[in-house]
Amino acid sequence: MKKVILIAGFTALLGTSAMSQKVYATKTGQISFDATGTCAEPIKAVNNQVDSKFVDKSGQIIFNVLIKGFKFPNALMEDHFNENYMESTKFPKADFKGFITNVASVNFAKDGTYDVSAKGTLTIDGKGKEMTVPGTITIAGGKPTLKASLNIPLKEFIHGSYIGTQISDNAKTVIVCKYD
Amino acid sequence: MKRVFKKHVFALAIILACTCKIAVAQDVDLFKSMDEQDKKDKQNQTDYTTAIFKTTRMINGQSIENVGAGVLDVKISHRFTPINAGAKGLWGLDGANMRMGVDYGINSKLMVGVGRTKGGLFDGFAKLKILRQSTGKVTMPVSVSLSGGVLLSTEKSNSFNNYTDRLNYSVQAIIARKFNDYISLQVVPTVIHYNSVATSSMSNDYYSVGLGGRIRLTKRVNLTSEYYYRITKQEGYVNCLSVGFDIETGGHVFQFHFSNSPDMNDRSFIEETTSKWNVDAVRFGFNIARVFVVNKPKEVKL
Repeated sequence: MKKVILIAGFTALLGTSAMSQKVYATKTGQISFDATGTCAEPIKAVNNQVDSKFVDKSGQIIFNVLIKGFKFPNALMEDHFNENYMESTKFPKADFKGFITNVASVNFAKDGTYDVSAKGTLTIDGKGKEMTVPGTITIAGGKPTLKASLNIPLKEFIHGSYIGTQISDNAKTVIVCKYD
Repeated sequence: MKRVFKKHVFALAIILACTCKIAVAQDVDLFKSMDEQDKKDKQNQTDYTTAIFKTTRMINGQSIENVGAGVLDVKISHRFTPINAGAKGLWGLDGANMRMGVDYGINSKLMVGVGRTKGGLFDGFAKLKILRQSTGKVTMPVSVSLSGGVLLSTEKSNSFNNYTDRLNYSVQAIIARKFNDYISLQVVPTVIHYNSVATSSMSNDYYSVGLGGRIRLTKRVNLTSEYYYRITKQEGYVNCLSVGFDIETGGHVFQFHFSNSPDMNDRSFIEETTSKWNVDAVRFGFNIARVFVVNKPKEVKL
């Protein structure tokens, strides 16, 4: 009988240790981009409703981004972005599914800034592309903040007569996500 | 008693072990949960339809669209003389009626505009979004806006000496639907009110219905058409029909069209178009719109 209890207790312990992986999440992450080309007016937008989650143990990370959530200073530009370039009725979201490959180097219990790198698939306009994105995770009070910047080669995802001229082919993108 | 207790402990131990195994098997998979979340979001979030038309004017009349909050839209419109002038008269391009105006988006729902048309006509209007077409959590089949305008003719005439006699008003309900990425239609019940009319037998109010539509030909070019059917009418006038193209390039929208009316004000083109649609009356015209961001929305901090 004692043996049974011991085994059960041991399994229970094992279970809890597996359960102790933590999912960090935010629904108010920020992604902004600058795709200003030769056009006189800056082509910039920001999305403050980015849905992102990651797992501390496995490093699995996702970003789920509503295209219509990108706000431009110029409302007409926003219309063109949605209708002419992103086809946001057909592809309402862009996403990134991947893993932080060196998540083990982050000590979530200790405040500090850690260099990380995420590898995964970025999907925009229904087209996927493998990407490796460097960034940092800053731990403050047990809460991680992820910062990363990347250049998105627009021509690989979307078509448009002005991309490469008036609109830069490289959308300089900055990600800032404070997780809970 | 002791035996019963042991049995309970045994059962408990097994249950514990089982639940733990389930917990182990339930390793978090964010990819999977995101796909499930996407399905839920489709039902729980409201997706508002945008860009039903390219710009705030169908051709002569209002469209369902507003300019964005804090955006100033400068509009310059020309209506030339009939194309029957032929090559000698450059197909009517020698003479033109012209309106210059500015529109401004006070917020995402309300816009106002003022303009002046050749002949001393001053106009002003306000347009308010009431309903927005949407799918998802809130499903709304149409967008609805209200538009109210006033027009002052500054040229005095014998029977209209006071400026109040030379005022008239238009009230429009705009009901629009984007059927898909290619086809949008709008229906516009309209009342035109004349503050003063020439004879006492004439009515001050005239009712009409506008129909407008677009077919998207390419990403940047739309075929558009606008027709106003007069329900109650004044003698000697006809309905206005216009057909044209909307072409957009970055911050500009160009509208090129053919119409049987030389006018751009609600009263004039809806109620006072004089010639039927034929080669002697149809004329070329354009609207050019250029937007300037005057006031950046607060949510956009860049």
